[in-house]
Amino acid sequence: MGSITLKKVTKNFDEVNVIKPLDLEIKDGEFIVFVGPSGCGKSTLLRMIAGLEDTTSGNIEIDGQDATHTPPAKRGLAMVFQSYALYPHMSVRNNIAFPLKRAKVSPAEIESKIANAAKILNLTDYLDRKPGQLSGGQRQRVAIGRAIVRQPSAFLFDEPLSNLDASLRVNMRLEISELHKSLATTMIYVTHDQVEAMTMADRIAVFNGGIIEQVGTPLELYQHPVNKFVAGFIGSPKMNFIDVTNDSNAQTQSLGVRPEHFEISTDSGTWQGTVGVIEHLGSESFLHVTIEDGSTVTVKADGDCPLKYGDTIYLSAPEHKVHRFDKNGLTIKNAAP
Amino acid sequence: MATTQSRTLARMMLFPSVILLLGWMIVPLCMTLYFSFVDYNLLIPGEREFVGFLNYEFFLTDPAFFESFFNTLYLVTGVLAITICGGIGLAILLDQAIWGRNYVRIMVLAPFFVMPTVSALVWKNMLMNPVNGLFAHFAIWLGLDPIDFFAQMPLFSIIIIVSWQWLPFAALILLTAIQSLDREQLEAADLDGAGPFSKFFYIVLPHLSRAVTAVILIETIFLLSIFAEILVTTSGGPGYASTNITYLIYTQSLLQFDVGGGSAGGIVAVIIANIVAIFLMRLIGKNLEG
Ligand SMILES: Nc1ncnc2c1ncn2[C@@H]1O[C@H](COP(=O)(O)OP(=O)(O)OP(=O)(O)O)[C@@H](O)[C@H]1O
Ligand SMILES: [Mg+2]
Repeated sequence: MGSITLKKVTKNFDEVNVIKPLDLEIKDGEFIVFVGPSGCGKSTLLRMIAGLEDTTSGNIEIDGQDATHTPPAKRGLAMVFQSYALYPHMSVRNNIAFPLKRAKVSPAEIESKIANAAKILNLTDYLDRKPGQLSGGQRQRVAIGRAIVRQPSAFLFDEPLSNLDASLRVNMRLEISELHKSLATTMIYVTHDQVEAMTMADRIAVFNGGIIEQVGTPLELYQHPVNKFVAGFIGSPKMNFIDVTNDSNAQTQSLGVRPEHFEISTDSGTWQGTVGVIEHLGSESFLHVTIEDGSTVTVKADGDCPLKYGDTIYLSAPEHKVHRFDKNGLTIKNAAP
Repeated sequence: MATTQSRTLARMMLFPSVILLLGWMIVPLCMTLYFSFVDYNLLIPGEREFVGFLNYEFFLTDPAFFESFFNTLYLVTGVLAITICGGIGLAILLDQAIWGRNYVRIMVLAPFFVMPTVSALVWKNMLMNPVNGLFAHFAIWLGLDPIDFFAQMPLFSIIIIVSWQWLPFAALILLTAIQSLDREQLEAADLDGAGPFSKFFYIVLPHLSRAVTAVILIETIFLLSIFAEILVTTSGGPGYASTNITYLIYTQSLLQFDVGGGSAGGIVAVIIANIVAIFLMRLIGKNLEG
């Protein structure tokens, strides 16, 4: 059991309002990812759910019970911190055992739980080391181990992979996803890396300035962003916005086209442009194209794209892949599939 | 500073100051060593006769030596215990977000700036005096007999005075150590179900072990040579009840004019200090590594 419901929660630091009234329902067993730009309140909300920050107003319910004022340890949640927050003078074994000892679990049971967690996380050989003698990825796993032995009703992760290098991050991403599949426990995962969000999440909540712009599955957000902010935040490289004045829909202020939805032609198309820098990634290439109105758009092309710097090309996009936004940045419905 | 060249350079730069310090230390040490083997009394002029270990024999077999040896030990351990425990408590209090804590922190440091003689006099005349002292007034107000601190519990009184002086030092070092504790560790412990006591014993205290070690080592060096507080308050008495080794050497060489005996005592004190230093480094020095 691990459903979490936020009802009109807000957070002020002194006079500064950081979280605006916010509603969110997290289902049991769900992997939900909070994404958003830096400083938008993701960590703050996560810490409020954990009980490390007071809630200014509104309610937090865990498994249908009001937990707004429950102390952190009683909420049955486990958190993995960005800095790992391991206890530096304790061995890995004692780090993992710490929450169990506090809960007065019998030594035999502690031993078996540690052995089990160590097996899942490949830590068996490191149990007697101190955290300082471990690599970043191993420390990360110890932090996760300390969380899973408590069998919490939900895991909270605050940017757990941001201190790891790129290849290790990909591995740990998979490991955490696998852990979620095998434990089937609710996980709330904060990140500002939208690739992590897209690949791991059951649902994504996109934050901006203390509010949730949109909640939905990764594909929903990709295909039907409710506004320009979500459209620009989800997808990599980000969506191109082209200002228009004479669109079929009078309200339209700008069009949004993802780099992968452009069609390149050498003789005709909607927009004429000049190829700038080309980034060759092997499997694909990204062209930076300057179009007539002076703006630069990113276009995804094949890996063996023959174009060169300075070439003139024509771009167009299939009508059903074009997103339309009005002057408030909201998506104009029925404009995109 | 890892290349051979930079290390050589560093040694050469250090050389003059090392020589200076060594000379500063070696010359008096050698003179003391020399005096400790001769019969040298300021009241008896004439040839200084070589007497071998006689001065040492007198000093070490003097019953006052044993008493002052243990007094030194009690003084050092007593003050260490009070300043470390009190210092940790004070540091935790000062770490709380209280109103005007910057001023409180400066105030707390104040006793450290008061000269030992002055603070001992303040304690002797204004606080512990059996007639006029604040404690005496307090005892009378409670209907109790005032305690004559320096007559009834001389060593304990000195321990209190010295602790009062060293508490700020310990508290300040420990406060900076507490402030360097990663708050997320405490939050993680919160989530792990640790109460205030578990958090203190399993997280704060181990984190402080280095700072505590530093405080113990530094304080021990100074506490072995406490002198002014004793001179000003009890003059080592009654009897030898509050005499430590430092004070005993002073009585030997300056009150009894026996420079030879005093020097022998000085050498003994140096040896004791070194034994304590080695003992401490063995015991807790590993906390400072890594
Ligand atoms: N203790 C605090 N006191 C005052 N303001 C705070 C405090 N903690 C956070 N804030 C403010 O709240 C806002 C949200 O912070 P938060 O840490 O939740 O951002 P975030 O979304 O996690 O950003 P990042 O991706 O950089 O971690 C920020 O503007 C920050 O300055
Ligand atoms: Mg954050």
